[in-house]
Amino acid sequence: MTAPAALVQLTPPRRSIELQIDGEAVSAPEGTTIFDACRQRGNVLPTLCYLETLHPVNACRVCVVEVENSRVLVPSCSRKVEAGMVVHTDTPRVRHSRKMVLEFLASSVDLSTTPHVSEWLADYACHPERFGPPAPPAAAGVRDAAHAGHHAAPDPEYAATVHQPTKLDNELYVRDYRKCILCYKCVEACGTDYQNTFAIAVAGRGFDARISTEFSIPLPGSACVYCGNCIAVCPTGALMFSSEHDRRAAGTWDESRQAVVDTICPYCGVGCTLSLHVQDNEIVKVTSPFDVSITRGNLCIKGRFGWQYVQERPGAGSGRGQRNGVPRGAGDQGDGESGRVGKGGGNGRDATSPADSPLGKRAPG
Amino acid sequence: MEETDVIFLWGANARDNHPIMFHHVLKGVRRGARLYVVDPRRTPSAAWGDRWLGLNVGTDIALSNAMAREIIHAGLENQTFIENATEHYEAYRAHVEPYTLEYVEGVTGVPAAVIREVALDYARADRAMICWTLGITEHHNAVDNVCALINLALLTGHVGRYGSGVNPLRGQNNVQGGGDMGAIPNRLVGFQDILDPAVRARFNQAWGITMAPHLGLTMTEMFEEMHAGHVHGLYVIGENPAQSEANQTHTQAALSGLDILVVQDIFFTRTAEFADVVLPASSSWCEAEGTVTNSERRVQRVRKALEPPGDARDDMWIITEIAKRLGVDIGPPVAEVVWNEVRRLAPEMFGGMSYARLEAEKGLQWPCVNESDPGALFLHERLWAIPRGGPAAPFSLVVHEGPVEMPDAEYPFQLTTGRRLDSYNTGVQTGGYTSPLRRPETLDISPEDAALFGFSDGDTVRITSRRGSVVAPIRIDRSLRTGLVFMTLHFQDQVRVNVLTTDVWDAKSGVSEFKACAVRLEPARLSDAALLDAERELVPGD
Repeated sequence: MTAPAALVQLTPPRRSIELQIDGEAVSAPEGTTIFDACRQRGNVLPTLCYLETLHPVNACRVCVVEVENSRVLVPSCSRKVEAGMVVHTDTPRVRHSRKMVLEFLASSVDLSTTPHVSEWLADYACHPERFGPPAPPAAAGVRDAAHAGHHAAPDPEYAATVHQPTKLDNELYVRDYRKCILCYKCVEACGTDYQNTFAIAVAGRGFDARISTEFSIPLPGSACVYCGNCIAVCPTGALMFSSEHDRRAAGTWDESRQAVVDTICPYCGVGCTLSLHVQDNEIVKVTSPFDVSITRGNLCIKGRFGWQYVQERPGAGSGRGQRNGVPRGAGDQGDGESGRVGKGGGNGRDATSPADSPLGKRAPG
Repeated sequence: MEETDVIFLWGANARDNHPIMFHHVLKGVRRGARLYVVDPRRTPSAAWGDRWLGLNVGTDIALSNAMAREIIHAGLENQTFIENATEHYEAYRAHVEPYTLEYVEGVTGVPAAVIREVALDYARADRAMICWTLGITEHHNAVDNVCALINLALLTGHVGRYGSGVNPLRGQNNVQGGGDMGAIPNRLVGFQDILDPAVRARFNQAWGITMAPHLGLTMTEMFEEMHAGHVHGLYVIGENPAQSEANQTHTQAALSGLDILVVQDIFFTRTAEFADVVLPASSSWCEAEGTVTNSERRVQRVRKALEPPGDARDDMWIITEIAKRLGVDIGPPVAEVVWNEVRRLAPEMFGGMSYARLEAEKGLQWPCVNESDPGALFLHERLWAIPRGGPAAPFSLVVHEGPVEMPDAEYPFQLTTGRRLDSYNTGVQTGGYTSPLRRPETLDISPEDAALFGFSDGDTVRITSRRGSVVAPIRIDRSLRTGLVFMTLHFQDQVRVNVLTTDVWDAKSGVSEFKACAVRLEPARLSDAALLDAERELVPGD
């Protein structure tokens, strides 16, 4: 019965590889990426599409480095270290490439909720405004209808953009593709890396490429199972909890007032860690740590979104009788609030509760 | 799970009910493991299987015994392991001999060639796992069903090794921990036997009491005793038996007949409507400190993130206050203090699990005896030690019985119950969020039966069992075989499914046979709305 854990070798032993990074001799286990070898030395390279729990797809090209005797710059997130490799992470060529990529992204995509990007834009002296003022946003559905090979000539007065209205088609999360950099992380998380639901993929080609459900149908008709594992990996905030989106729209989202508390999901016996993001005594979103072996950052619909019940009891949270910091209305019954499609009317729950009791009267749904 | 070669999901629909565990199954499948799903319904889990064994409800023992017979006849039993670790093998070999492929194909409906194929693949695999859930345990012979699966593991040596084993997938975040803490009728904290005088002495000394060597009652027995007039008071904490128990009319009558019912919950549940006293509690996973234990025996910390609303109080505080009012000081209601008492009283399981280590190591798997013990990745390694550590593991001679209620001329359909991805049990918690996947309760039926009886999607039918009758809309579901119909128990206010289910129960585990009862279907005569309204009016207190 005792403790075989330490005796079980879960991975084969790895050789040590000797290489040089920025002039220093470095030793890293075989199979390590250049990105990780740099990170272990305290040099965290900028990246948007890389996440340690996903297979690298080399999409964003922000983490590129120069490897001597390599014709092209190499993506550090996927290139493994090799014996004798000589790596430079901050040469003029590398800086020029990163600057170009960041300028293109910043001129065409809304990066306002992308962590670190403003520092990088400053570090690399980016001037995305040199491509002109942003083109007006596309009308709803126009980008979704674009066919590969049928490009309209861009207007040289404006910087081409992916700006378009936010997709609000369900109660749980929003898709704001004006913020999408096509990093593929959501596709990988929804697909073979974890969820294996395949609700989304990249549709279209070139500047018309976009993340899409099958035939661009709204999420409630798609294969989506609302695990939210795409939201968890999205680096730009293009995929966002409705609870966060609504608070941002109302001006009540304030990360400086938020605490993150790790606990365990109240549902099945798998024991997933939930990181509760709490603002003013209300849960405002839920994530899971990427370094816990049970979840690797993933959750299901119940764990990700099924916590609302604790704060529907009278007197719960800061906004008594409010939801997402917005006064509660009839729409809370899920019958079409703010144009969202809600099938929730069928769950039979009471929208009102006896005000004299701290117990929410609950008609189980 | 990810590094095994064969995975059986037996009476388990992990894709919907343990979705993150199923991620690990899929990692295994993508590395080349074969997945076999044994379930009367072709569930979303079965859709990922190399084989779906769509057996008749409640024929698991016949299937297991036939697999064993095939393994033995092919000479693939693990002789070394059987000799070293098990007992009663010869009797078992003789016992399974009548379970021929031809006989069992008839009983289970699973083709003989498939039974043979999966049996031999399981026996030949280097590593293999059997996982099960309520499809095995919500039967009147639940423990026999589990023993039938354990027999297969003993026969092939697929237990006590990394990547091999028998895994019940737990349905609640702390159902394992609840048992570990002694919230079962025959055990004290740390699974220690209350009938063992040495165990009682340990607890008597710690608590300054003299404990009687009496077993408690299972929940099912409690309700029987309430009916018999032997139990007069009930204290229900965080449970909704008025809706979750089988044979609901019978259950609610028992609750009505109590002298006193105390309900401690975060919601005013249906059960609370029967209560004399309702104690508003805090939510144990986000408004209180403590630990829970998951399916892999991993003890993990839950933490307080929110202040509970109004007068709601931590369960631990309520219990210590009640003890105080009864004149007993059971110590401060501080989670870590209580946990350290658990460690002292059950050091063989939890001794090494300090709060500091649980924090730093993100949970530990019991047994973890001391501070330098990393915890146990898997159990039963002792069976492989030569000489074997501890007692031999016995084969169990379990007999195929089938469900107590089989379909007959009067009640021609087999009703089985289950759960959906986005909802949870009676829906008390999941009713709180608006799931885009949610749809109301339906009676799911195979396309063949629907055609035979002239039912279309959305038709309202009356479903009648020997205990009661409800109405629900029809939903045609291609995952069902003829003769089988399916309902959930998530929407008991809309359709009180548990007035149909049978409360015949397993004497060994106390679990009712939720998975099988015979019903008949009739087209409903009134309009849908009037019928559904009429159903609601039957709910007390509405």
